[in-house]
Amino acid sequence: MLKCQKCDRQATFHITDLIDGKPKELHLCEDCAQKFLAPSADDSSEVMPAMAGLLAQHLAVGETADQLARLDQRRCPICSITYLEFRKQGRLGCPNDYEFFTQELEPLLMNIHDQTHHIGKVPKRCPQGADQQTQLIRLRREMKEAIASENYERASQLRDEIRQIEAESRG
Amino acid sequence: MELSELANASGEWLRGSGPESDIVISSRIRLARNLADFPFLSRANESDLAAIEQQIQKAVDSLKADGRLQETTMFIDVGGLPRLDRQFLVERQLISRELAESNGSRAVVIDPAEKFSLMVNEEDHLRLQVMQSGLNLREGWEQMNRLDDMIEEHVTYAFSDRLGYLTACPTNVGTGIRVSVMLHLPALVITRQIEKVFKSLQKINLAVRGLYGEGSQAMGDFYQISNQITLGLTEEELITKVGDIVPVLIDYERQARGFLIRESHETLHDRVSRAFGILRTAQTISSEETMHLLSSVRMGVNLGLIPDLTIPTINKLFIHSQPAHLQKITGELMDKTDRDIERASYLRRHLNGTESNGGPTRN
Ligand SMILES: [Zn+2]
Ligand SMILES: [Zn+2]
Repeated sequence: MLKCQKCDRQATFHITDLIDGKPKELHLCEDCAQKFLAPSADDSSEVMPAMAGLLAQHLAVGETADQLARLDQRRCPICSITYLEFRKQGRLGCPNDYEFFTQELEPLLMNIHDQTHHIGKVPKRCPQGADQQTQLIRLRREMKEAIASENYERASQLRDEIRQIEAESRG
Repeated sequence: MELSELANASGEWLRGSGPESDIVISSRIRLARNLADFPFLSRANESDLAAIEQQIQKAVDSLKADGRLQETTMFIDVGGLPRLDRQFLVERQLISRELAESNGSRAVVIDPAEKFSLMVNEEDHLRLQVMQSGLNLREGWEQMNRLDDMIEEHVTYAFSDRLGYLTACPTNVGTGIRVSVMLHLPALVITRQIEKVFKSLQKINLAVRGLYGEGSQAMGDFYQISNQITLGLTEEELITKVGDIVPVLIDYERQARGFLIRESHETLHDRVSRAFGILRTAQTISSEETMHLLSSVRMGVNLGLIPDLTIPTINKLFIHSQPAHLQKITGELMDKTDRDIERASYLRRHLNGTESNGGPTRN
């Protein structure tokens, strides 16, 4: 019996992951494999009460059930979070969500902060090409999915793309 | 440096030496930061978390190699720590309960003098925290700003021109800053004015939180004031917002203490003396009772009602009498019954006779 590399149960999943660009065999039990492949659930995803209140309040203002349902289905193309998921957990999925859900977030930000524009510190090194950074998030997710569905050809294409962007942004 | 060494030491911010330290325990500034090329925590999987942790570890290692962070700076894999050690770090306020309770790639970087800590993979990829004794937000911000710049030389933060630093929760977006001051306000509690103070603070968008110990009982008259807004004001403005209100609260507390001394001197002196008496003689004592009694004693020391006892000693007892600390210091795992006995013995040792060298015991 092949043992799971994370615990001692029997390994039933054999996953090839690309670590540092090199394929690596992982042998995991069902539980550990799920944890490894799925986005890790934030243990304390309990929404701050203040925040939940604000979200409920924001949605009550002039939105019909239809509009709300449609809004809830919108999905960030980078991290694949839906607006519904954000509403439930009170946490966004990636930096791109602030762009993708900008219309929905604006009244919420106004509610919380009374302001919608940052005037404080600016990092010395701004993400030159913020697009590239969010592309990396998307490509890594797609690579994970390709590996999960055993589409290794696609996975290695994606890996090359990721490496290229990483090399460029380091330069 | 090992965790067990940390247990016997007491951090910089506990020294009780900063400005207004009779009432202000500590000043803290926290920044929330995320790496630009990873999803936030709710969408990150274990391999993302591991990669984030690795990047931060690399950054810390190279800052140590450059001599810009002390060689003894600790990088601790929280995911791999036993429960007791995690609880110890929570009691020490070096990590949050949230980080302590989660699993997988989670880490904390700790300055040997406990002037700063850096949580990895908490609600955001990075939570930087700077601690100061007493009321000292300016210096805290200078340190924090430098630390933030240093880390940023090695990683790219998620940032937008319009919204500033991007955080997992929209309540932190913009500056990502949380400025907080921990105050000891026993006289405002005794004179029942604390509620009124809370309400007026909420009106100006400041949050007030009680300090909670083991379980969820409020712990001995300690309150934390912090900013709620993080967007649309500069870091300096937000620090000023919190910093300006603290002297007002200190003044209220001093007035309430003055009132108690004038109007009910015997009652106050009796309360303080009884508290001190119990702490010096008890044979078994819970951590809640200890907190409440130490709180009275602390006020008594500040009002000159108890001679020969110093604020740093009391500050240290507050931390060292908590469950995980007791167990780390004695080096033994203990159940509640044994902890309560050990706590009483620890307090007797430190409150009878000389305090600096661990003290002779009377039993
Ligand atoms: Zn397993
Ligand atoms: Zn997203």
